[in-house]
Amino acid sequence: MSRYIFPFTLAFTALSLLGALLQPQNGLTNLALVASVALVSLGKIPTAWRSGLLAILALALTVLLRLNPSDKIAFYGLLGVLMACFLLPNLSHLVRVALGVAILFIAVPIAGLSNSFLFELGIQIGIFAALALGLNVVVGQAGLLDLGFAAFFAVGAYTWGIFGSPQAAEFIQGFPPQGLPGNYLYLFMALAIITAAITGVLIGLPALRLRGDYLAIVTLGLGEVVRILANNLDKPLNITNGPQGITPVNRPESGLLGDILRLVGAEQIYGKPIDTYITYAFFFYLLVLLVIAVVLLVNIRLANSRFGRAWVAIREDEIAAKAMGIPLLPTKLLAFATGAAFSGVMGAIFAAKQTFVSPESFTLQASINILAFVILGGMGSIGGAVVGAAAVTVLNIGILKDFSDLLNTWRQTGVTILGYNMANLPPQLNPAKYERLVFGLILILMMIFRPEGLIPEQRHRAEMQEARQEAQEGGVK
Amino acid sequence: MKKLAILALGALALGVASAQSNVIKIASVSPLSGPQSALGTAIAQGAQMAIEDAQARFQQLGFQLQFAPQDDQATPDVGVAVARRIVNDPDLLAIVGHLNSGVAIAASEIYKDTNLAMVSPANTNPRVTDRGYLNVNRICGRDDVQGPVGAEYAVRVLRKQRLFVIHDKTPYGQGLAEAFAARARELGAQVVALVGTEEASNFQPLILQMRAQRPDLVYYGGIYDKGGVLVKQMRERGITATFMGGDGLDASDLVKIAGSAAKGVLFTTTAGPISTLPKAAEFARRYKAKFGKDPEAYAVYAYDAANVALAGIEAAIKANNGRKPTREQVARAIREVKLDGLTGRIEFDSKGDRKLSDYYVVGMKEAKYPGEVLRVIQFAPPAARQ
Amino acid sequence: MTVADLLAILPQTILEGLLLGFVYAMVALGYTMVYGVLGLINFAHSEVFMIGAVIGLEVFRFWGNPEAPVIPNPFLLLLVALVFAAVGSGTMAVLVERFAYRPLRKRGSKNILVPMITAIGVSFLLQDLTRIYAALRHNEFNMQYRTYDALNTTLLLPFETTIQVKGILIIVVSLLMLFALTYLVNRTKLGKAIRAVSQDMQTASLMGINPDVIISRTFLVGGSLGGVAGVLFGLLYTNVTPYSGVLPGLKAFTSAVLGGIGNIPGATVGGLILGQLETLSGTYLPFLTNGNFGTEYKDVFAFLTLVLLLLFRPQGIFGQNVSEKV
Repeated sequence: MSRYIFPFTLAFTALSLLGALLQPQNGLTNLALVASVALVSLGKIPTAWRSGLLAILALALTVLLRLNPSDKIAFYGLLGVLMACFLLPNLSHLVRVALGVAILFIAVPIAGLSNSFLFELGIQIGIFAALALGLNVVVGQAGLLDLGFAAFFAVGAYTWGIFGSPQAAEFIQGFPPQGLPGNYLYLFMALAIITAAITGVLIGLPALRLRGDYLAIVTLGLGEVVRILANNLDKPLNITNGPQGITPVNRPESGLLGDILRLVGAEQIYGKPIDTYITYAFFFYLLVLLVIAVVLLVNIRLANSRFGRAWVAIREDEIAAKAMGIPLLPTKLLAFATGAAFSGVMGAIFAAKQTFVSPESFTLQASINILAFVILGGMGSIGGAVVGAAAVTVLNIGILKDFSDLLNTWRQTGVTILGYNMANLPPQLNPAKYERLVFGLILILMMIFRPEGLIPEQRHRAEMQEARQEAQEGGVK
Repeated sequence: MKKLAILALGALALGVASAQSNVIKIASVSPLSGPQSALGTAIAQGAQMAIEDAQARFQQLGFQLQFAPQDDQATPDVGVAVARRIVNDPDLLAIVGHLNSGVAIAASEIYKDTNLAMVSPANTNPRVTDRGYLNVNRICGRDDVQGPVGAEYAVRVLRKQRLFVIHDKTPYGQGLAEAFAARARELGAQVVALVGTEEASNFQPLILQMRAQRPDLVYYGGIYDKGGVLVKQMRERGITATFMGGDGLDASDLVKIAGSAAKGVLFTTTAGPISTLPKAAEFARRYKAKFGKDPEAYAVYAYDAANVALAGIEAAIKANNGRKPTREQVARAIREVKLDGLTGRIEFDSKGDRKLSDYYVVGMKEAKYPGEVLRVIQFAPPAARQ
Repeated sequence: MTVADLLAILPQTILEGLLLGFVYAMVALGYTMVYGVLGLINFAHSEVFMIGAVIGLEVFRFWGNPEAPVIPNPFLLLLVALVFAAVGSGTMAVLVERFAYRPLRKRGSKNILVPMITAIGVSFLLQDLTRIYAALRHNEFNMQYRTYDALNTTLLLPFETTIQVKGILIIVVSLLMLFALTYLVNRTKLGKAIRAVSQDMQTASLMGINPDVIISRTFLVGGSLGGVAGVLFGLLYTNVTPYSGVLPGLKAFTSAVLGGIGNIPGATVGGLILGQLETLSGTYLPFLTNGNFGTEYKDVFAFLTLVLLLLFRPQGIFGQNVSEKV
C-alpha cells in the first residue's frame, strides 16, 4: 500500500493546485488544497519533496487568500502548513525557518490586510498560546495542577489597565488624568512579568505545601479570589472600577508601522488609505509574535536546564526528587512564577489590544479553557501547548462560528438536507446557540481517542504505549 | 479526518455564501449560550421578527435581506473576536446588540473603525454613548437617568425613608443601583445598604440583613431572572418591604419566576407596557405565535433597534440611488432616523441617545404581566460628560 | 445597628446556614465517593445535581398540576420527586461513567487530568442538552418549583427564629440519606467493596471484586445523593436553570476538600461548615466592615478559610495523613 501513497499525494496535490488556478473562488478547490496539505504533511513521502510541496502549497494558498480575502479555508490551510513546518520531524532547519517566516510575515499580513479578522485570530492564538505555555510549565512539566491560572493573566492585564488609562488618577493624586502614554506599555510588560510572578509566589507559597488535588482546589479558590477582588475593588478605594471595567486603555504609538506599511505599498492590498485601525491590528499581531517567540525561547531553554529537569523529576516522583537533593518548594515556586510571568506579559498586551479590561475575561471558565489547551495539545510538550491553543481558538472563534453561520444561512434559504427542510427547524434550535455543546463533544471524543494529546511529549508517549500494551496483554484492568 | 469533515462543511458554507449577490445582512450579537442566554435569545428573536417583516420590502428594492445571529458568550474577548469576524463581511450593514455593556464597549471600538452602525437594545451604561461615536446608538435608557427617576418616585411619591439597595455586580445593575442610591440620598432618604451579589439562587444572607435593617423599600439593580428569585425568597421569609427595580425587571418571566410575590413589584422602564400601544399588542401576539412565549422587554427593544437599523439602511439606499450604501452612509442615516416604535418616539441626539424618553413607572397590581402605568416622567439624557 | 440587633438575627442565620450546609454536604458526598474510588475530580457531578433538580421539577409539574393533580398531597409528591430524581441522577451518573470515563480507563491512561477534561466536556454537554430540553419542551430557561402552602407554612421557633415546613423536610431527608449512606458504606457488602476499591483497586480485584461494577455502583450512589440534593435545592431556592449546578457544585467540591477528600464523614462536616461560613460571612461582613466589604466577599472569606485550614491540616479535617509508599 505505502508505495502508492507518494505518487497519489503528488497527483492529488497537482490536481488541487490546478483546480485553484482555474477556479480560485470555488470552496471545493480550497478544500482540496487543505486536504493536500494534510496529505503532504502526514503521508509517507521523501523529505525533500515534502519541503518543496509545502512551499508550493503555502504560495498557492496565499495567492488564493489574496484573491478572495474572506476565504477562511485557505487561511486554515495556511495555518496547517505553518503547524507542519513547526512540528514535522526531519525537515531541515533552513526550510522550517524560511517557510515559517514567509507565512508569518508575508502570507498572513497580506491576507490580514484585506481581512482583519485573520490578524485577530492570529493575536488571540498568540495570547492563548502564551497562556498555555505558562500553564504547561506548571501542569505539564512540574506536574502541579493549577485551576486558577487566569488570575495571573488578570494581574498582568490590570497592571497596565490601571496605569495606562484614566483609572489610576481615581486613586492616586496628581497622576496624569489620561494615564501614562501608550509607549509605557513596553515598560509595563516588564512590570507585568514581575507583578504576575510575585502573585504566583504569593499564591504558590501556601498552595504548594499541599499535594495534588488539594493544590487544585486551593488554586481554584485563590484564582476566584483574584477575580472577586477585581470585581469589587471599586470601593472603598476605586482601584479596578469593579464590574464596569477600565476603558480606554492606551495603546503604544504605531505611526512608524503605518509609515512602513504605506512605504511598501500596502494600501493597494488594503484598498484604501492605511488607517490606525489596520495599523493597530497589524501592530498587535507583530507584538504578540515577538513576545511568543521570546516566551518559546525561554521555555525551551528552561526545559533543558537544571530547573527543567528538576521539574520533570518532581512530576515523576516527588520523594525520589527530594532524595536526590532537589529543594522542593523553591523549585515548585519557580515553576509557578515562570508560568505566571508568561501569562502576565500577555495580560498587559491583552489590555492594550482590547483597550478595555473587565473581570469578565478572567473567570473560572477561562482557567479551564487554558487547561483544555494544554491537555488537548499534549501535556508537557511545548509544541503541544501551542498547537492546543491554536486548535481550540480556531475551533471556537473560527470553525464553530462558520459552521453555525452556515446552518443559519441554510435555515433562511430553506436548504433541504436528507429530505428535511432546514427552514422548519424550530426557533429554539438556533444553531448559533450550541457552539459550546459541540466543543464539549469534541473534548470528550478527543480524550477518548487521543488521550495523550495532539502532540504528546516524548516521555508521555512512551508511557501511554506501555500502558496500552499492558492493557492489551490482559493485565489486571 | 474529523477535522477534514468539519473543513468540508466550512467550505460549503463559503460556496453558499459567495453564490449570492445583493445581499444585505443585519447581525444580532448577544449571548446565545451560557447562563445569560435567555436574555440574549430574546434580543436575537426580537431582531429576527423585525428583519423577517422587512424582507419583502427589501426584495422590492432589489436586495435580499438576511439575518445573522451571533453568540458573544457574554465575554469581552469572544465579543471582540465576533466583532472582528463580522466587520469583514462586506454585506453586513448594521448590528443589533449587545446585551452586556462590558462587551458592547469593547466590541464597538472595532465597529467604530469601519463605521459599522450598532443599535443597542440593552446597554444602559452611560459610557456606551458618552464616547460620542457616530456609529453607536441605543434604544434603551441610561442608568444615570433611570436610577434617579426611580429614586424620585420612591422617595417623593411613595415617601420611603429606609432604602435597601442591591445590585447584581454587572455593569448594568451596579450603574443603576448606584445612580438610584445617589439620588435617593440627595432627596434625604437613608440608604441603609448598598450591596452587590453574584448569587443566582441563594439570597439568604441579604434577606437576613434586611431582617436586621428593616427597610421600607428594597431596590434591585439587575435582571428579572435573579430579581424574581430574590423577591420570592424575601416574601417567603416574611420581608414585606416594597420591591422596586429598573427595566431589567420588565419581563413576563418575572411573574413566572416570582409567582404571587410579583404582586406589588414596581419598576421603571422606557418601554411603555404593551397595553398602552396597539402596535405593541399586535407584536406580542405575533411573537408568541412564532416563538411560543411572551416577548420580554429585550425582545421589544431589539425589535425597535432592528427597525431603526432597517429604516436607516432604506434611507441610505434611497439616498444612494438604489445602490447598496456604504457603512458610513448607513451610520449617518441611522443617526437621522425618526420612527414611532413600540417603545415610543425614537429620535437620536448627537451622541446616539434618544432625544426625549418617556420613563414609565409601572406597578404590578396583581401578579400579572404587564402591570399598570403609575406615572410617566419625561427626561432628556444629560449632555456628554468629559 | 446595635450589637443587640445583630445578635437577634444570629439564630436565624445559623439555621439558614444549616439548610445550605445539608445541600452542600449531599453534593459533596458525590464528589468524595468518586474521588475515593478513581482519584478523579468529577466536574460533571454538578450537572448530575442540576439534572436531579430538573427531574424533581418535572415530577411536580406533571403530577402536581394544581388544576388536575394526579397526586394531590404535596408531601407524597415530594417523596415521588425525590425517588425519581435519585433514580434519574444515579442513572445519569452511571451513564457518564460508562461512556466517558470507562473507555479512558480501558485504554490504560494513568494521567488523572485526561478524565478531568472529559468531565468538563461532559459538563458542557449536559448543560446544553438540558437547555435544549427545557427550550423544546416548555420554551423556558428559568424553571420554577411549584409552591404549596403545606410546604411553605412558617413555624415559629424560639429566639424569634422561623422555619418553613420545607426547611424541616430538608433537614429530615438529609439526615436520613446520610444515615442510610453510612449504613451502606460500613455495614453492607457493597460498602465493603467500595472501601476496598478505594484503598487499592488492584488488590481488590485480586480478592474477587470486579472494580468496574463497584465503580459503576459508586457513581450510582453518589449520583442519587446528588439528585436528592438537587430536589432539596430547588425546593429551597425555587429557581432552576441549566447552569444552576455550577456554583453549588464548586462549593460542594470545596466542602469535600475541606473535610478531607475521599472521606465520607469529612464531606458531610465540610458541607455543614461551608454552609455556615458562607451564610455568616455573607450576612455579617457588611456590618463588621461598615459596608466597605460587603456580601460579595463571602466566597473570598470561604476560600481563604479553606487555605488557612489546609495550611495547618493539609489533609483536610478528617483526611488521614497517608505516608507515601517509596
